[in-house]
This record gives sequence, C-alpha cells and structure tokens, in this order.
Amino acid sequence: MNETIPLIRTENLTMRFGGVVANDNITFSLREMELRCLIGPNGAGKSTFFKSLTGQQIPTSGSISFRGQPIAGKLPHQIARMGIGIKTQVPNVFNGLSVREHFWLAARRKSMPKELIRTVDEILDLTRLGDVADRIVGTLSHGQRQWVEIGTVLAAKPELILLDEPAAGMTDEETFRTADIIRDINRTRAIVVVEHDMAFIRQIAKTVTVFHQGRVLMEDTVDAVLADQRVRDIYLGKKVAA
Amino acid sequence: MTKNTALLAQLAALVVVIVLIALVPGYFEIFTVMQLTLFASMAVLALSLAFIWGFGGILSFGQTAFFGLGAYAYAVAAINFQDSTPAIACAILVPALFAVALGYFTFYGRISDVYFGVITLTVTLILFNVANSTSGQEYHIGDAQLGGFNGMPAVPTFNAPFDPSTPLYPEQGWYVTAGALVAVYILLRVLLAGRFGRIVVAVKENETRASLLGYDPRLIKLVAFTIGGAIAGLAGALYVNWGAFISPNAFSLSLSAEIIIWVTVGGLGTLIGPVIGAVLIEYIVSSIGSQQVVNANLVLGAVLLFFVLLLRRGLVPSLQLVVVELWHRARRAPRPKAEPSAAATPAGSK
Repeated sequence: MNETIPLIRTENLTMRFGGVVANDNITFSLREMELRCLIGPNGAGKSTFFKSLTGQQIPTSGSISFRGQPIAGKLPHQIARMGIGIKTQVPNVFNGLSVREHFWLAARRKSMPKELIRTVDEILDLTRLGDVADRIVGTLSHGQRQWVEIGTVLAAKPELILLDEPAAGMTDEETFRTADIIRDINRTRAIVVVEHDMAFIRQIAKTVTVFHQGRVLMEDTVDAVLADQRVRDIYLGKKVAA
Repeated sequence: MTKNTALLAQLAALVVVIVLIALVPGYFEIFTVMQLTLFASMAVLALSLAFIWGFGGILSFGQTAFFGLGAYAYAVAAINFQDSTPAIACAILVPALFAVALGYFTFYGRISDVYFGVITLTVTLILFNVANSTSGQEYHIGDAQLGGFNGMPAVPTFNAPFDPSTPLYPEQGWYVTAGALVAVYILLRVLLAGRFGRIVVAVKENETRASLLGYDPRLIKLVAFTIGGAIAGLAGALYVNWGAFISPNAFSLSLSAEIIIWVTVGGLGTLIGPVIGAVLIEYIVSSIGSQQVVNANLVLGAVLLFFVLLLRRGLVPSLQLVVVELWHRARRAPRPKAEPSAAATPAGSK
C-alpha cells in the first residue's frame, strides 16, 4: 500500500440543504490506521459529514476518495462493501432480529463459513452481549442496543470505522470500556469518532479535528485543541477544562 | 435442545396435515372437496402476500395483478398447448417476469412505500380494464379467445404431467392444490430459515442499516417481490383449475382487498396465519353467500374492523401470546405462594 495515498480524503466537500450550508468546503484527510476524533457543538456538521462519507447523502459539491478511489455519489451499500462501516448517531439496528443475527448478517460478507461462527462469538464476547445473544434487539435497553450496533459494525470488519457518539447513554464504566475497545481496534484499523465527552476524547485521541458551523475550525493534538481559546468559547459551559 | 423439539413438533404437525389432506376425499362429499380446493388455492395466494408483506415489508395492494396474470397465462397456454404441464410453468413465469419489471422501476426508482401501494393498486386496475375490453373475435392469443368481461370458459383443467389424455379427477385436483399449498409453505419456511430469509427480514427491519452493512435493499426487495409474484401466479393457475374458467374479476379490487384482510386477520409476520385467515374468511363469505339475510361485504368489513381495533396482531400471533402466557403461569404455579399475587398485579392493572 502506498503510504502517500490517504485512507480517506475529502476536498472542498460542501453539503447544502436549501439555504443551510451544513458542510462548507471541508478538506479532510485520514491516514491508514489513524485514530481521529471529531468534536464540535450540535449542528456543527459532524453527522452530515459522516452521511456524505457513507453515501447516505450525495454532497452538493467537492470530492471524496477512499484509498484514491472517488466514492462521492456511490450508494451506501457500495461504499459499505469497499470497507467503510458506521455506527450512526441515532441507533440503527434491526429491532426484530436477535443480537446473534445482527453480528451474523454483518460478518458473513467478510468471513468464510468456518470463521463466521467464531467471529460472531468473538464479537459477542467483546461487547459482553453473550447472555442476551438470542434476545430480540427491540427488547433490549438503550445501552445494550448501542453495543449491538457497535458490535455489528465491528463484525463487518471494515477498513475504516466511523463512530457517531458511541458513548452516548453509557455509564462511566461502559464509556471507559468503549475507549479501551476503540484503542484495541485501532491497532489494525482506522477510526473516526465523534464525541462530546471530553474525558473520553482525552482517553483515546491523538489528533482532534474541530468542526464549527459547517467548517473545520482547527486540527491539532488533543492538548493543543483543548487549550485553544476559540474551542473553549465554542464549548463554553461544557467540561473542557477537565 | 428446545430448537430440536420445536422442529420435531413442526414436522409432526406437517405429517398430520398431509394425512388430513389425504383423508379429505374419503370423508367429504365432492361438493365440499371442491370448496376446499378453492380455499387451498386462495391460501396459496395468501402466502404470496404473507411473504412479501410480513417478511419483506412490501405492502402490495395489487397482489391480484399477479394472480390474474397467472390465471390468464395458464388459460391461454392450456388452450394453445392442450396440456396443463407447460401452462402451469407459464402461470408462474409470466407473473414473475412482470414482477421483475414492475419491481425494477419501483424499487430502483426509490418509490416510497405509500406510492408503491398506489402503483400496485393502479396496475391491477389497469389489468382489470385491459382484460375487460378484450371482447371481440380479434382479441385472441393463438387459439385462445380472451373474451373480455365474459372471461374464458371451458379452460382445460390439470392433466397428468405431460399426458393431456389423462385429465385429473376433482379429488386429484384437490391433492394437487393442497399439495401445492404445503409445498409453497415449506419452500417459504426453508427460504426464511436460510441466509436469504434473514437478509429479507433485515431489510424490512431497517433499510438504512442493511445498506450500511453492504446489502442492496433494492435488489433484495426485487427478489422477494418476484418470489411473491410467482407464488400468486401459481395460485391463479390453481384457481382456474378449480373452476375451468377465468374472468377479469381475478384482477378485481375486492379480491385485492380480501388478500390484505386474510393476512391482517391471520397475523402479519407469520405464514400459517394468513393461510388460516384465507380459509376462515372464504368459508364465512361462502356461507353468508348461500343466504340472503346479511351482506357478505358488511360482515367482512366488521371482521376487519374488529381485528384492526381489538386484535391488531391477528389470530395466530395473539394465540401464541396466550399460549406462552399460560405456559409461564403453569410453570410458576408450583412455586411459593407469595409469588402469584406479585405476578398477578401487572396483568390486573392492565
């Protein structure tokens, strides 16, 4: 793999909804195996950005390339098959299927029949959902459903994992565990995480990109970003200084 | 363990059903056998919608389009070939191909669910009108006169495979129709238990999540819709075999609505429910039809209202709930006496 080609790169990515510019000229680049955090207040355009990357919407203008291949305009399932997986902000699960079926559906594309059962069991272990493996996901708690979706994304073994607020609604202990798991997965795959929890960001982040009003405000190390006055202003009242 | 016992119970039920089917001609008069044959062909039609709506999430308001096309395809082919064997194949293939075409434009055109319902409804109305306006000598396919609103009388019924000189007796027609019902049921069960079945249900549950995992919802829906069309077409052939007659009424709105009622009453999301719903409702309708006191459509409407308002899950799922509840209570019963009161409170408060 040529190291100079970024895993994912967007150039002048713009997304307009009528008069609202949700993403304005975003140029963003991520290396193979990189772990990146996206922060920014509500409405900054983070989720919109993720939707463009996964083909859930077609950007108004600009380009997106995945390992040098243009993907803007491709359909979600085509992009998913290229190796991008996403946990969406609002949990997207199959409410009528069991936990095991979720992981099975996600894993069977990449895993041979023999490893398939093992992959499913591994993900059940990792997400600690073994006890409820055969329960219907619609009957599980919000926190458990979060884990189901994270596990589903992981079971598909994507090259790039996008996590939109993975720790939302989790207890402190679970959030800590999520951070652990993210670091663990990052040993083999690139991850972009959107989060608001600064303690969580500190725990995992190396480089942080700050979105504000649809644009990239800054991109730097976690310490530099959290020390920045503009970022502090945006997040005024939130626990930045923690 | 429990999975195996469930499977064994289902196989046992299947054996019982097959034995019952075999016994029917010996126990009932020919009139009743014929009526049961009609119910069985309607049940096959019910299965087609049970599959695409209950498991694929595709609500087709015009499943009769495929039923009627299958019936007409069978009639035209049977008259031309004078052999029912290739005609049955036509009855399955023609509606399936039509479903591919219709499904391609609707699913790939990203038509929303509501408009999909409107389109399927319109399609069956168009076919109804087309079939209705084919009276006249000039409307024929080969030797088959389409006959307009009079329909096509004296359509050859089923014969032994590839042997037109041996037509089937009504009893044998019953075996074929009931056999087809069992075969379609088993086929769908196997399909749903397998890989494709899980993907179909996944797309129904959450199209966005399915596509984000790399499944193309358009393709999955198209395949499911086509399977439904083929099954409805087979039901059409079975129906023509029952009456040796087909008219544009096969495309009628009232039948379209009835299929939806069968599925709703029997239980959406099950296969056996719609089969029971179809047989039960057709039985009620035909019983009411034999007297003049109440109107059948009035009763049908009342039944639908009752189920939609009071028993939304339908017969089979409601029954399952009751059985499961009783089972749990039976298991709880021998335990310490303090528990029943605690367990009874939530049920009482509701």
